[in-house]
Amino acid sequence: MNETGNTSVLRACGLRKEYGKGEGLVRAVDEVDLEVAAGETLAVMGPSGCGKSTLLHLLGGLDRPSAGEVQLDGNRLDQMGERALARMRRHAVGFVFQAFHLMDELTAVENVELPALLAGRSPRTARRRALDLLEQVGLTDRAKFLPSALSGGQRQRVAIARALANDPLVVLADEPTGNLDSEATLDVLRLFDTLHAAGQTLVVVTHDSRIAATADRMISMRDGAFVDETRLTGGTTGHLGALAGLEG
Amino acid sequence: MQQEVVLAMLAKEPSHGYQLRARLSLALGPLGDAMNAGQIYVTLSRLEKAGLVGCERSAGLPDRPDRKVYALTAAGQQRVADWLAEVSWPRPDLAEFHLKLIAAAAARLADPLVIVDTQRRELLRRLRDAQRAAMAEPGHSDAGLLLEGIVLRLQADLRWLEACERNWTGRKGQS
Repeated sequence: MNETGNTSVLRACGLRKEYGKGEGLVRAVDEVDLEVAAGETLAVMGPSGCGKSTLLHLLGGLDRPSAGEVQLDGNRLDQMGERALARMRRHAVGFVFQAFHLMDELTAVENVELPALLAGRSPRTARRRALDLLEQVGLTDRAKFLPSALSGGQRQRVAIARALANDPLVVLADEPTGNLDSEATLDVLRLFDTLHAAGQTLVVVTHDSRIAATADRMISMRDGAFVDETRLTGGTTGHLGALAGLEG
Repeated sequence: MQQEVVLAMLAKEPSHGYQLRARLSLALGPLGDAMNAGQIYVTLSRLEKAGLVGCERSAGLPDRPDRKVYALTAAGQQRVADWLAEVSWPRPDLAEFHLKLIAAAAARLADPLVIVDTQRRELLRRLRDAQRAAMAEPGHSDAGLLLEGIVLRLQADLRWLEACERNWTGRKGQS
């Protein structure tokens, strides 16, 4: 349990990732402690090269730490064998990347159903779930389109639908709006908001302040370490009118 | 509220005070909530005294007492035209924050990076509020456009904070 009274879904302790050795040793992630509560949206912000993508890879079991622990739903990812880890990633984690990473030769709906098929669902169940998800992200009429026929914003929404295919415990997003214009960014923000309202746990690493501002909590990262943390749900000291030059 | 704004909102047609208020509310959306109802009438009477606005009483309806109808005078029309042609833009006060960082570092009174972090928290909270209000607006509403302006300005400020962070991190490494 943590301060919000929810159980934490994701937890890291003394997490470290090093590259190189001797003089050239770089600590991309340096002694990070983290707890993400169920249903929470957490943003990790920092300049490029601060280690936030590496952190996300460690949290999702895409990469192994040099030291420290990662627990997902009580399971130690850092101690898991390759096969168990792959299984965990497939079932419990949804990934969203800056460059979408869709399969170019598959249609939108085929991309979305793929994780469910890989997890052993029947083609029928997987297709039904995929169509539901495409509806959720507002792309029902694009189900049979190839990614090349979709806009950047639409591709990212397909990728988000795919991340949800197996009802993951946590969605990990790496700079999800990095390649999008402001209209498409707003679509993704709205979508994340809907997911948040539905209780989805979400960790986003980004340097886009707009997406960080949708989070419940924001952590700043510099040189591989957490340097600041703040809860954004507390409200502001002023009011909106003052920001537009209207006196109260 | 600036006098010229009230004057310009009146340029469309002679109006009652409450019609002016409705026009402003529509344009400002949630930002108009802070608007003081009496303020418009105070401004209108000032404008009347200045000879920029004329005022007539309209025939009262059964359920409503007589109400004043305000209209622009020729001088008022000219003032609106001048105001529309004028170039004015709010100037952000960046120098104060910039000097705060420099003074804090020079006197070793505070870590500039901590000041940057604190500022970022506040701006992110404001961005969150503005963004939520923007997302709640129906597409292409006038108020939505104003909120987008607030969001973009806050983003610009946050980007400048990133530059401050990079710069002061670099200086730390050198010292």
